[in-house]
This record gives sequence, C-alpha cells and structure tokens, in this order.
Amino acid sequence: MIHVEGITKYYGNFCAVDHINLDIQAGEIVGLLGPNGAGKTTTLRMLTGFFPPSAGNIQVKNYSIQQDPLAIKQLIGYLPESAPLYKSMIVYEYLDYVARIRGLSGEAKTGRLNALADMCGLRDIMHKTIDTLSKGLKQRVGLAHAMMSDPEILILDEPTSGLDPNQIVEIREIIRKIGEQKTVILSTHILREVEATCGRVVIINKGKIVADSDTHTLTAGHNRERRIQIDVLGADVQSLREQLESLSGVKAIQVAAAEEPHVIRACIVSGAEADIRPAVYAAVKQTNWILLEMRQEAETLEAIFRELTKEN
Amino acid sequence: MRQAALIFKKEFKDYFASPIAYIVIAIFLALTGWLFFSAFFIFDQADLRRFFNLMPLLLALVVPLITMRLFSEERNVGSYELLLTLPVTFRDIIVGKYLAAVAFVAAMLLPTLSYPIFISFIGDLDWGVAIAGYIGAVLLGAAYAAIGIFASSLTRNQIIACITAMVVCVVLSIMDQMLFFFPQSVLDVVGYVSANAHFANIAKGIVDSRDLIYFLSVVFLGLYATHLVMEEK
Repeated sequence: MIHVEGITKYYGNFCAVDHINLDIQAGEIVGLLGPNGAGKTTTLRMLTGFFPPSAGNIQVKNYSIQQDPLAIKQLIGYLPESAPLYKSMIVYEYLDYVARIRGLSGEAKTGRLNALADMCGLRDIMHKTIDTLSKGLKQRVGLAHAMMSDPEILILDEPTSGLDPNQIVEIREIIRKIGEQKTVILSTHILREVEATCGRVVIINKGKIVADSDTHTLTAGHNRERRIQIDVLGADVQSLREQLESLSGVKAIQVAAAEEPHVIRACIVSGAEADIRPAVYAAVKQTNWILLEMRQEAETLEAIFRELTKEN
Repeated sequence: MRQAALIFKKEFKDYFASPIAYIVIAIFLALTGWLFFSAFFIFDQADLRRFFNLMPLLLALVVPLITMRLFSEERNVGSYELLLTLPVTFRDIIVGKYLAAVAFVAAMLLPTLSYPIFISFIGDLDWGVAIAGYIGAVLLGAAYAAIGIFASSLTRNQIIACITAMVVCVVLSIMDQMLFFFPQSVLDVVGYVSANAHFANIAKGIVDSRDLIYFLSVVFLGLYATHLVMEEK
C-alpha cells in the first residue's frame, strides 16, 4: 500500500529524517512512536505531500509522490497535530467546503456529511463557530475533515494530544473503528496509545527507525525481567529482606518503608521465565505479617522505548 | 480550475466574515470622499481627475491590508498544512486567493461609483474617461494585490507582509514624481517601472496596450514569484 524508500529531510543543515524505509500493508494500524523532535511529524508531512523529501521516494499504491502528488492526496486523509482548522468558519460551512474540494456534491455530499456527523459525534455542534469549540471537539471536526473522502489511508499526527481522558477514550474508539477497514498511521509520544490502538509499532529516534515490529512481538521480545511490588504490614525491613532473598529466581530486592505507617514495601526483580508470585505469597503467609498489596509492574513499551531512545 | 473557484468563494466570503474588511472599506471611502470632495467645489470642474489622482497612493496603502492575511494567516494558524494536503494544486490556491483579493478591491471601489453619478447630476461628466479611470483603478489594485500576495507568502507575520507590500507599492506609486533624484541614463526605465505613470495614462481616458501590458506583467510576476515561494517552502 505504502512504500517508503530512504526518505530524508533536511531543514538547512539539520537532518530531521534520515533515510527511513517503511512498508505498510493495507489494513494495518501503525503507530509512529518517538520522543519530541524525533522526526515523526516531518515523516508524516512527507507522506501526506505537505512538503517533498530532500531525498528518497514515497510510493502510495502505484503513484509516486514526485509525479502524482494530487493522486496521492486523493487517497490520503490527514489530521495534522492539534487540528489547525479555519477558526472563523462554522463547522458545517467548513465541512461543506472540504467536501466540495474533495469533489463531492449534491446527494453524495449530504450523505457523507450526515455519516460523518454521526461517526464523529458532530450533530450538536454543526452550527457553531470553530473558534468556540473545545480542543476535543476541534479534534473531532479534524477527524471528519480527514475522513471526508472516505480515504483508504488515514494519517493522524498526535490525535489525542491535549485531550482529557474521556476525550482520549472517545477518539481512540473512533480510530479503532476506522482501523477495521482502513490503513491508519498515527504518531504519538504516548506509549499506552500505541498499545491500545496499534497493531504495529515503529519507533523513531533522531530521524532514524530504531524498532519496527508488531506491538506484541516487541513487548514480548524485550521482556527480560519481571518486577513485583509488595506492601506488607507488620514486618521490618531486615527480616522481610531475609525472607524474600531465600526464594529461588530472585535477582534483586529493594526493601524500604512505605509512606503509610508500619508498612514495608519491597520491589522484587526476577527473570522473565519464572513467575515467583506464588512463592512470594507463600513466604509472607508463613509469618504473621499481613500482605496488603502485590502487583506485577508490566515492563512494557515504556521501558523498551526508554532503552531504545536514551541518549548515549 | 473548479478548485480555484471554490477557494475563491471561500476566501471572498472570509473577508466579509471579519470586521476588518468593513473597517478597511470604511477608511478607504472616508479618505477618498474627504480628500476628493473637500476641494471639489473650489475647483468647480465636473470630472473625477482629482479622485483618480489619489488612487495610486491610497491603493498602495490599502491593498496590502487586504492581501496580508492570504498566506501569512494560514501559515501562522497552521491551516496551511490542511490546505496543502487537500487535492489542490499551488496554482488553484494562488489563483483562488488572488482573485478573492482583487474582487474585494473591486467591491471596495463599487460605492465610489456614487461620485460620478452624483457629479453627472450637477455637471457635464465625460463617462468615457470615468469608466477608463475605473478600469485603471482595478488594474492598479490587481497589480498591488499581486505584490501583496507575494509579500504574504514570504512570512507568517501579517504585519511584516503588510509593510513589505506597502513599501513596494508606495515606491511604485511615487517613483515618477522623484525622477529628479535619478541619473539621466535610467530615467526611461524608472519612468516605465512607475505604476503611477501607467495609471495616469489610463485615467486620462487612453487605454493603451503598453499600459495594460505593464499591469498584467506586474500581476504575472507577483503570482509567479508566489508560486516559487510555495515550492520552496
């Protein structure tokens, strides 16, 4: 569907994107992940034809970005970061304008506008000026803009940034629904977002791809250890440490007093292969201490991300 | 070109969605009305010559106010990104925006038609000269708008876009009155480049192809330069 070959972008002397290769199949939801300034937005802007790459080529279906930018723009729906819409326009007026530019008219246009109003929940705000909308609502109008032509490819730059938790859930829900039929590429620096919505994750750092695989493989492949945290009431630091050290499979233990009075907190690190939670429970049960809490910290994308993108 | 027409329609409507448009029109009408009519009865002549004499300088100051937002605002807000990722060409965008600005200039001149109508009641007005004057004014506005849209494409700051365009337009307007300062050898060139001289010819009632070509060249150069800037950025 999308074939990206060695695209590079220079801003003056600064290399924002450095020889990125990417192949995206139809129907994938790809999360482009990276710290701020890694080159995510630049990459997306080249994909959408906002500006041409300094070098390399992008092919969408059989069109090349150099020769048929218009044909590619027809195939792609794009929502830039923070949905920079025309502020002075009314939502309906704006969507109507976009529909016309996208070549819709008459019945087809009305039908599409209706469908999008339902899909993105715009029914109640159609008559409002864009300037007066909250960030979440603007984002939804932006999504409607991007999906106007029912594009085969949807590209979203930080679709949930600046939204409150409820809005984030709503937008993710919409994205997931779209992703059932379309190819979606979204960029974000929020890891949970990728885990929640994307089947495949591409991590970019300093303009280069540092990881590219499906989300599960990536998390599984990097899970080299488990972390378990327990809160125990009535123990003391020294004896809790001794009790836990004797367990097999334990690699490291940190024990310290927790914030609550009389509660000791221990962090236990073990190998990924063995689950030591039953053993920990049994060890505490032998004593007269009370186990208040035990949880396994998911060593997920968070850690992988930090590992792959940390400064050397 | 269908896309250009859609962009034209949107941009033209946008002008009237903000109060700035009405303020600009009001200032323009107040200035022309006052400057023209304050001495009209003293000269006691039923023509619009002194009205059209004001045009070059006045349009040089007003047209940049109209064109400054065309690109700068979109760049600044970021909507430029949305516009460029829609299936439209640079040419559609430039033509649509440019024609909207020219149409606005024409709309601004429209109420001043009341002057010749009024004068024709109290004296013997030569309508041919008046119409030529209006053609000249629209051409002049079109040339300045092309300079203005180019200035707007250069920067995301509307004020800078406005002042840049104003400086260029004012220089073109007053150049032929400063021939005194130029060396003999370049006088012809300076005289030709001056917008004022070409406009004055048309306003006299002589619609000469040389003057038309001058204005059309300025328009073409301005729009072509805008295209180059868009490709560059």
